Amino acid sequence: MALTEAQRCLDCPNPTCMEGCPVSINIPSFIKNIERGEFGKAAKVLKMTSSLPAVCGRVCPQEKQCESKCMHLKMGKKAVAIGSLERFAADYAREHGELSAPVIAPAKGIKVAVVGSGPAGLSFAGDMAKMGYDVTVFEALHEIGGVLKYGIPEFRLPNAIVDVEINTLEQMGVKFVKDCVIGKTLSIADLEADGFKGIFVASGAGLPNFMNIPGENSINIMSSNEYLTRVNLMDASNPESDTPMRIGKRVAVVGGGNTAMDSVRTALRLGAEKAMIIYRRSEAEMPARLEEVKHAKEEGVEFLTLHNPIEYIADENGCVKQIVLQKMELGEPDASGRRSPVPIEGAIETIDIDTAVVSVGVSPNPLVPTSVEGLELGRKNTIAVNEKMQSSIPTIFAGGDIVRGGATVILAMGDGRKAAASMDEMLSAK
Amino acid sequence: MYKIVSKEQFSQNVFRLCVEAPLIARACRAGNFVIVRIADKGERIPLTIAASDAEKGIITLVVQRVGLSSTRLCELNEGDEILDVVGPLGQPTHIENHGTVVCAGGGVGVAPMLPIATALKKAGNRVISVLAGRSKELIILEKEVRAVSDEVIIMTDDGSYGDKGLVTEGVERVIKREKVDKCFAIGPAVMMKFVCLLTKKYEIPTEVSLNTIMVDGTGMCGACRVTVDGKTKFVCVDGPEFDGHKVDFDGMLKRLAAFKDMEREEIEKYNDVHCEADPAQNEDAELIDRNAEWRVALRGKMKAKDRTNIERCVMPELDPVYRARSLR
Repeated sequence: MALTEAQRCLDCPNPTCMEGCPVSINIPSFIKNIERGEFGKAAKVLKMTSSLPAVCGRVCPQEKQCESKCMHLKMGKKAVAIGSLERFAADYAREHGELSAPVIAPAKGIKVAVVGSGPAGLSFAGDMAKMGYDVTVFEALHEIGGVLKYGIPEFRLPNAIVDVEINTLEQMGVKFVKDCVIGKTLSIADLEADGFKGIFVASGAGLPNFMNIPGENSINIMSSNEYLTRVNLMDASNPESDTPMRIGKRVAVVGGGNTAMDSVRTALRLGAEKAMIIYRRSEAEMPARLEEVKHAKEEGVEFLTLHNPIEYIADENGCVKQIVLQKMELGEPDASGRRSPVPIEGAIETIDIDTAVVSVGVSPNPLVPTSVEGLELGRKNTIAVNEKMQSSIPTIFAGGDIVRGGATVILAMGDGRKAAASMDEMLSAK
Repeated sequence: MYKIVSKEQFSQNVFRLCVEAPLIARACRAGNFVIVRIADKGERIPLTIAASDAEKGIITLVVQRVGLSSTRLCELNEGDEILDVVGPLGQPTHIENHGTVVCAGGGVGVAPMLPIATALKKAGNRVISVLAGRSKELIILEKEVRAVSDEVIIMTDDGSYGDKGLVTEGVERVIKREKVDKCFAIGPAVMMKFVCLLTKKYEIPTEVSLNTIMVDGTGMCGACRVTVDGKTKFVCVDGPEFDGHKVDFDGMLKRLAAFKDMEREEIEKYNDVHCEADPAQNEDAELIDRNAEWRVALRGKMKAKDRTNIERCVMPELDPVYRARSLR
C-alpha cells in the first residue's frame, strides 16, 4: 500500500510540498526511497531534518501543511498521503532496528542548555548535537518529552515511540536533567555561570485558559492540561496509580482543537457513556486535524457545534451537574478570516453532565519569562524573538509555545531547528 | 533521587523530614514550596519548605499524615530516598519592615510560617506569633518560633497548653491591645478564612498561603485555581501567597474536597495491606474535631438564625388507646 501511495508522488522539480513543511523535510526524496523499497533509507532522509519523524507523522496537521501544497490538488486530485508515508517509514525503521543515529560532527567543547524537553527542545537538541555541541536539556517534570508525554494520549502517540526518539538523542550525547525548573531550581544566570554559552528556552505553554463564566471552578471541571496530565503522565485511571481521577460518565469537552479531540476521545476510552465536543463555531472552522475529527465521530463523540457555554451549574457538594449552552450562528468574518459566531437570542440549552474539560487554549508558562531581568516580552508574556529566534538577550534563544502562545508540535520543532542554526552561527562567529 | 538525612516525629501524625536537595536549598526563599513524588506510580503533591540550609544542601519538610501520599512519605525513614523533589516553586514572600506583624500559624501551617517569621524579624519587624492547634501535641516548632518572635501566644482547642480557644481569639487579643500593621495566616483553609474575616473587620492587611490540589505545580494544569478578587489565579505560579481579604475561601474549600471520597477509599485499601497503621485513632479524632472539614462545611450550610427558627419537632407516638392495651 505504501509503495502504491509512494508512486503517486510526482517528484516535482520544485517541490511545493516542502514549502509547506515547517522543518523543510525533503519530502520527495523520502517518498521516492519508499517507492524503491529502501524504507530504512527513507527514514534516514527524515532524520536529516526532523529529530522526531515518527511523532510528526502522527501529530502534524498535514492537510494544512505539506499536503495542502501538493501538486495533485492543482489538478483536482487528492494530495499524496505524505503524513501516512512519513509514519510508515519511521515506524518501519524503528521496528526493524534500522535506526541510524545521524552522523555527528567532531565535538566543539561548547556547552549549550535547553529549557524544556518538548518538541521544540528535542528538535533543537538533536540539531545542536549533530553539529558537535555539548547539549544539556533541563526538564521540570519527572519525564522527558513535554507535551508529547503529558498531553498527547497514548492512543495517538505511544510513549514508546517518543522514548525511542529520546534514546537516539541520548546516543548522540545529549544529556537530560529531570525535576529541574529553570527560573526556580536554577536561574539563567546559574546556567551561564556554569559555562553554558547559549540557552534555548522552550518551556512551552503553561497556564490553561478558562472562560471566566459562572460556576467554572466547580469540582470536576478541569483544563484539558489537567485532564490529560492526570491520565497520560500520572496514569491516574490505572488503579495502581496514587493519583486520583474521577471517571466521568457524561463528559463535555469545550473547544475544537486537537487537545479537545484528545480529551474527548480519552473520556470515551475511560468509559464515558456520553462524550461531547462543544464548539462555538461550525465544524468548518475547527482547528483540529481532519483525521482527529473523523476518528472522534467514528468513535461516537457527539458534536455540538455553534454552541457556547455560558454557565455551569453545580450540585450541593459543588460538583458540576449541568452545562448551560448558548446557541450561536455564523456572522461576518473576523480578524482571523473566520466567520465569527454570534449568539442567537433566547436559544439556550441545558445539558446534564458530570465532568467538563475546558480546552480553549493556553498562555505561555510564566516561570522563565518572569525570572530573567531585561528579557523583552511580547503579547501575553510570550518571549519576544527576532526572525532568528533570538531574544532581546543575545545568548538566549526561544521557540515553540513560549514564543507562539499555543501552536503545534511541528511548528515548535521548526523553531527548534531555526534556533539551532542561528545559535550555531552566533557561537561560530565568536 | 533525594535522600532523607533525618526524620523526627513531632506528634502522632506530624513528622519533620530533612532532605538532601542542594540546588533547591540554594535557590529557596521564604514562602516557596516543592512538589514531591515518592515513588513510581506516586502522585505529585505540594509541600511547603519549612527551612533550608544552602551550605549543607538540605531542605526541611514538615508533613502531616492525612492522605495516601503523605502517609507513604511519613513511612520513609532516615537513609531512604524520595524519587522526585522539584522546586523551589511559587513566588517568595514579599518581606519588608511593616512595623508590628502578627504571624498566625495553625497546625502544620506553623512550619511554612517559620521561615516567613524569621525573614520578617530580620527585616526589623516586631513579630508576634500566634500558634494554634487542637491540643498540646499539635503545637509544633515552638522553640524555633520563639527564637524569632518578640512574643508568642499559644492557643489550644482543649486548653491542654497555652490558652484555651481558637487562633482568632489569640489574634484578636493582640489587635485589641496594640496597633498591628500586617498579619500573616497559614494553616487549614478554614482557619485562614476566619483569621481573614477578623482582620478585615479591623482593616489589617493579611497575607495567606494557600495549599490547594496540584498536579504539576509549574503552571500547567490549572487544578490549583482559586478566585482572588473575582479573577481566576493559579496558586502554583501566582501564589501561594495572596491578599487574604480577596480570596474566595468558600470556593476554595469546595475544590479542596474534590477527591475526598476517593482519597478515603485509597487510604482504606492501603491500610488493609499495611495493617500496622492505626486508622481507628485517626478516624476517631476526626469524629470529635470541631474543626474537621466535614463539620465546618456542615456548619456553613445553614445560618445559625435559620437553625434557631426551626420549630421543635414532635416525636411521633403510638396511639394512646393502642398503647394502653399493649404490654410491649
